Amino acid sequence: MPPMDAVLSDPAFQNRSQAAYNKQPPPSARLPWMDAFFKNLTRFFAFFVFSILAAILISLLYHSQLTLAKFGFGFLFVDEWDPVKEEFGALVPIYGTLVSSAIAMIIGIPVSFGIALFLTELSPNWLKRPLGTAIEMLAAIPSIIYGMWGLFVFAPLFGEYVQPVLVKLLGPLPIFGPLFKGPSMGIGMLTAGIILAVMVIPFITAVMRDVFELVPAMFKESAYGLGATTWEVVWNVVLPYTKIGVVGGVMLGLGRALGETMAVTFVIGNSHRLSASLLAPGNSIASSLANEFTEAVGALHSSALIELGLILFLITTIVLALSKLLLQQLAKHEGTKS
Amino acid sequence: MASAISPDNKIYRRRRMVNATMLFISGLTLLFGLFWLAWILITLLYEGFNALGPTLFTLNTPPPGSNGGLLNAIVGSLVMATMGTLIGTPIGILAGTYLAEFGRRGWLAPATRFINDILLSAPSIVIGLFIYSVYVSQVKHFSGWGGALALSLIVIPVVVRTTDDMLKLVPDSLREAAVALGAPAWKMIVFISYRAARAGIVTGILLAVARISGETAPLLFTALNNQFWSLNMNAPMANLPVVIFQFAMSPYPDWQRLAWGGAILITLAVLALNIAARMLFRR
Repeated sequence: MPPMDAVLSDPAFQNRSQAAYNKQPPPSARLPWMDAFFKNLTRFFAFFVFSILAAILISLLYHSQLTLAKFGFGFLFVDEWDPVKEEFGALVPIYGTLVSSAIAMIIGIPVSFGIALFLTELSPNWLKRPLGTAIEMLAAIPSIIYGMWGLFVFAPLFGEYVQPVLVKLLGPLPIFGPLFKGPSMGIGMLTAGIILAVMVIPFITAVMRDVFELVPAMFKESAYGLGATTWEVVWNVVLPYTKIGVVGGVMLGLGRALGETMAVTFVIGNSHRLSASLLAPGNSIASSLANEFTEAVGALHSSALIELGLILFLITTIVLALSKLLLQQLAKHEGTKS
Repeated sequence: MASAISPDNKIYRRRRMVNATMLFISGLTLLFGLFWLAWILITLLYEGFNALGPTLFTLNTPPPGSNGGLLNAIVGSLVMATMGTLIGTPIGILAGTYLAEFGRRGWLAPATRFINDILLSAPSIVIGLFIYSVYVSQVKHFSGWGGALALSLIVIPVVVRTTDDMLKLVPDSLREAAVALGAPAWKMIVFISYRAARAGIVTGILLAVARISGETAPLLFTALNNQFWSLNMNAPMANLPVVIFQFAMSPYPDWQRLAWGGAILITLAVLALNIAARMLFRR
C-alpha cells in the first residue's frame, strides 16, 4: 500500500474527490424549502380545523344579534313563538330538545349496556363481528330514513296499539300520570324520543365495548377465580373500572341526540305549544330550524332561529367536550388504577 | 350444612338466578337492537322496490300528479357529494398529517384534536346554518356550492380523525429508516407514512362519503332544492335527501312513492360504502 500522503497528493484522486464533491444532488433532494413548506402547510390546515368551532360560534352570535339585543336572557324562558307579532321565546324548542333526548337516554343507556355486555362477555367469538357490525349499521342508516320510517310506519302503529295502552296503564298514576295523557296521535315527543334512542344506541354501544375491552383480563380472572358469576364480574369489576368511559359514551350519545334533526322533524309534530304530556306534539330546536328557517319572514324571525341554533350548538359543544374529557381521563388512568 | 355451591344454598341459588336473568336481559337488548335494524331495512326494501323502476333514473322530479323520477336529484347529490369530498379531503388529510407527524410537541395538535372530536359529532344542522350565514347570505342565493361547502365541513373532521389515527399506527422504525437514508421529513411522510397508512386513510374518506351521502340538514339552508335539471353550482341544486324530505312530507301518494325510491337508493349507497370501507380496512 502506498503511504497516505502519496494518495492524497495524487492528482487522479484529487480530481475524483473534487468531482464527487461538485456532483449535483438528485433532483428530488434539491428542494430545501419543501420541508418548511410542507410543515407549514399542514400546520395551516390544522389551525384551520382548530378555528372552525370558533368561527361557527362567532358567525352565529353575529347573525343573532337582533334577538340577542331585543330579548336578552328572557329569550330562554318565554314560550311564545309568534312570527306575525314578532314575539319569540325559545322555551318550547329547548324543552322539546331536552325531553326527547332524555327519553332517548332512558331507553338507550340500558339497552346499549346490555348489547355491549353481550358482545364483550357472552357472545361466541365467531358471532362477535357480525352482530357488532349489525349494531353499527344502525348508525350508518341516514337520519332522514329514520324520520321517514318513523312517520309512515312506526308512528301509526305506535299511536294505534301502544299509546292507548300507555294512557290506560300509566295515565292514572299520581306523578307520572300527566306525562301520559291526551289523544294517541302517534307523533309526538315520546315517538321522537324512542326513535332517537334507536339512533344513539350504536354510538353508546361502541364506546362501552371499547372501554370494556380495556379492563385487564387479570381483574376479571381474579373475580371469576373467587367464584363470581358473569353478571357479578360485569357489575362489580368491569363497570367500576370503566365508569368514567361509560359516562363519556353516554355523553357522546346525548350530544348526538340533542342535535339530531331530520328524524325528529318528521315525528315530533312541529307544534309550538308547551305540553306536559309526552304524547303531545312538540318541537325541538333542530326541527324548528329545519321547518322554519328557509321560510322565515323578516330579519327578526331569522335572527331568532339563528339564536336557537346558537343555543343548540353551545349545549352540544359542552356535552361533547365533557364526554371527550371523561374519555381522556379514562385513557390516562388506564393500567395505573384499580 | 349445605356446601357453598349446592343447590340448597339460598345465596348461591339467588346469585345464579340474578346472573341468568341479567344475561338473558342482555341477550334481549341485543335482539331489541337487531329488531329495529331489521324492521327498518325490511320496510325500506319493500316500499323501495315498489318505487324502483327505469323512470326513476331517467326523469326529473315531477310536479304533483304527474309521472317523474329522481334524475336531477341523483345527479345533484352526486355532484355536491363529489365536490364536498374534493374540498374536504385534502384539508382533512393535511390537518391530520400535522396532528400525527408534527404535533408531538406544542399546543396546536392536542387542541385541534379536541375540537375536531367535537366537530365530529356537532349537529349537522348548525353546520348548515353556519354556511348559510357566511356564504349563502353573502351571495344572496341558495347554491350548489353552498351545499358542497357544508358537506365538506362534515367530511373534514372524519378525515382528520382517521388520518391522524392511521398515521399514528405507522411504526416509527419505518420513519427512522427513511430519515437515516437521507430523506427529508416531507418525503418521509409522503412516500413512507402515507403509503403505509393508505388503506386506513382511504377507509376514512369512504366513511366520510357515506356520512355526507345521507345528510339532509346541512343542505336545507344551502343547496335548498331545484325541481328542474340543473348543473349550475351557483344556483339552487336538487339533491336526494331534501327531495325525500319534501316529498315524504307532502300529501301526494306519487310523491311519497318517489321519496321511498330515493330512500332506498341512499340507504343502499350508504350501506355499500360502509361495507366497502370495512372490507378495505380489514385487508
